[in-house]
Amino acid sequence: MTVPLSPTRWRKLAGRCAPWLFAAPALLLFGLFLAGPFLMALSYSFTNKRLLAPPDLGAAWVGLRNYERLFRDPEAWAAARNNLLFAGVVVPVQSALALGLALLVNRHLPGSRFFRTVYFAPVATTLAVVAVVWSLLYLPEGGAANALVDLATLGRVGPRDWLRDPGLVLPAIMVLSIWQGAGFQMLVFLGGLQAVPRDLLEAAELDGAGPLRRFLHITLPLLRPTTVFVLVTTTIQSFQLFTQVQVIASGGASAPLDSFRTTVMLLVHEGFRRGRVGYASALSVLFFLLVLAISLLQRRLLKGSR
Amino acid sequence: MKRRRARAALALLVPLQVLLAAFFLLPLLVMVVSAFKPDELQLLSDLAGPRAFLPTGHLSLHNFDRVLRASWFLRALANSLLVAGSTVALGILVNSMLGYALARFRFRGRDLLLGGVVALVIIPFEAVAVPLLLLVNALPWFGGATGWLDTYRAQVLPFAANAFSVYLFHQAFAALPRDLEEAAALDGAGRWRTFWSISLPLARPTTATVAILQFLARWGDLLWPVMAVRSEARATLPLALQTFFGQYPRHWGEVMAFATLATLPTLALFLAFQRWFVRSAVSSGIKG
Repeated sequence: MTVPLSPTRWRKLAGRCAPWLFAAPALLLFGLFLAGPFLMALSYSFTNKRLLAPPDLGAAWVGLRNYERLFRDPEAWAAARNNLLFAGVVVPVQSALALGLALLVNRHLPGSRFFRTVYFAPVATTLAVVAVVWSLLYLPEGGAANALVDLATLGRVGPRDWLRDPGLVLPAIMVLSIWQGAGFQMLVFLGGLQAVPRDLLEAAELDGAGPLRRFLHITLPLLRPTTVFVLVTTTIQSFQLFTQVQVIASGGASAPLDSFRTTVMLLVHEGFRRGRVGYASALSVLFFLLVLAISLLQRRLLKGSR
Repeated sequence: MKRRRARAALALLVPLQVLLAAFFLLPLLVMVVSAFKPDELQLLSDLAGPRAFLPTGHLSLHNFDRVLRASWFLRALANSLLVAGSTVALGILVNSMLGYALARFRFRGRDLLLGGVVALVIIPFEAVAVPLLLLVNALPWFGGATGWLDTYRAQVLPFAANAFSVYLFHQAFAALPRDLEEAAALDGAGRWRTFWSISLPLARPTTATVAILQFLARWGDLLWPVMAVRSEARATLPLALQTFFGQYPRHWGEVMAFATLATLPTLALFLAFQRWFVRSAVSSGIKG
């Protein structure tokens, strides 16, 4: 026997369900495609799970063996080294370039709207396209990069095979990544610059502070949250590096893989091509911990400025 | 004195801007110009000098013609539009709903839920990619068939819900004045009506931001297609370009035509909605 709900009780019940009905679709997707796989990665990392295993051969618990193997794997060390080198160069250079561009555009010189569009244009091209176009520029015989180097050094440095030389392939990838990424961060900096109160700068100018001092003592401190954000996102992106490198590697005839393969490429290689899910999961967990550490660092740095 | 210094600065800064503009623009120009050069030998010999940027010598649409006829370009373009478009559409719906629930309802567990969403922002896709592949391979579909590999849904559903978008929507809804919604409620509109026809339209700037950020991310993604796509018929533009680029003998003119055609949609989108791009870049800086 069911007791029909009175209108007020029905209302109350509906009111209690409503927020969960609004939240349900996204929560379902988060659970299925983000939280679920994340917990799977965590547990697989302690097993020898494989991608295509015969059904009677289940995954066995192997404790910390995947992690131990990772720390002894020269390919993993090479990938970590490549990511670190990439981050070590790209984070400061790209951020400084982005800030410089933002300062330039923010001066409202003639045509600064046009220049803003031009600096941003590479962002509108996808990374796969960028990698392909720069591969053409990096061609060993008669490529544009070699022509430019030849011109800049007055012919003292001979032509190089940029993408095949193990010492040059990573720097070559750094350049094209900076080319593509600086525009977006210029806009982020521009947003920060426009929040710097103009009268503060004018007052400092009246007090006789030159442009450099105004920049160092007013603009830069006020820009701190933006700068921290840009540095942190560029660092995280440096560790997510994949598309450019993957396209160049799959273009054939590139340098030895370990001279430029990144962590995410190794992840795909181990987990997908070689089917070693357990091993790749351990790599995923370490990757997550790294990103988490960088994000926590950001939070600390931002707290210091408030 | 001051004016002279300003003029000196101008004389220094304008050439600097032009030089920087050349750095950012010339590679794109090489791409477009090379796409019009059908003669591979001429294209390559032009590269070492200024003719790389100039439409000189023999020019034709031959490369474009080849790409449109003899490659998977059109199919990949349609796939990219479908995948990125439906991810964005579905994403706006589910993310705004969750953001609205967090901003406008009082219920037990709300603060915990909000904290959970903020925590999810930190999980990078890379950290879940491999188990997700296993999961997607084992997922059943309503028809009874299992295995989502090489389907559109495997490229859309995992990316629709986005924690950062939820966060932005939450901020936007929380900042809206309540009186309009209260007026709607007095007129007898239910929560859904209020949300759908009052609040969501008012949050249009955030919707545009979220749409642009999510669209660019899906449009350019190569990692997931490399893993989850098996056939040319499901490949998006980055994957199709990678395949085309890896084919031997490589024809640079055609590769550049492919790259040019692949760039046109996003470039057009950017030029048309530049104001919104600027906004989305700026508001992505709020994160953290």
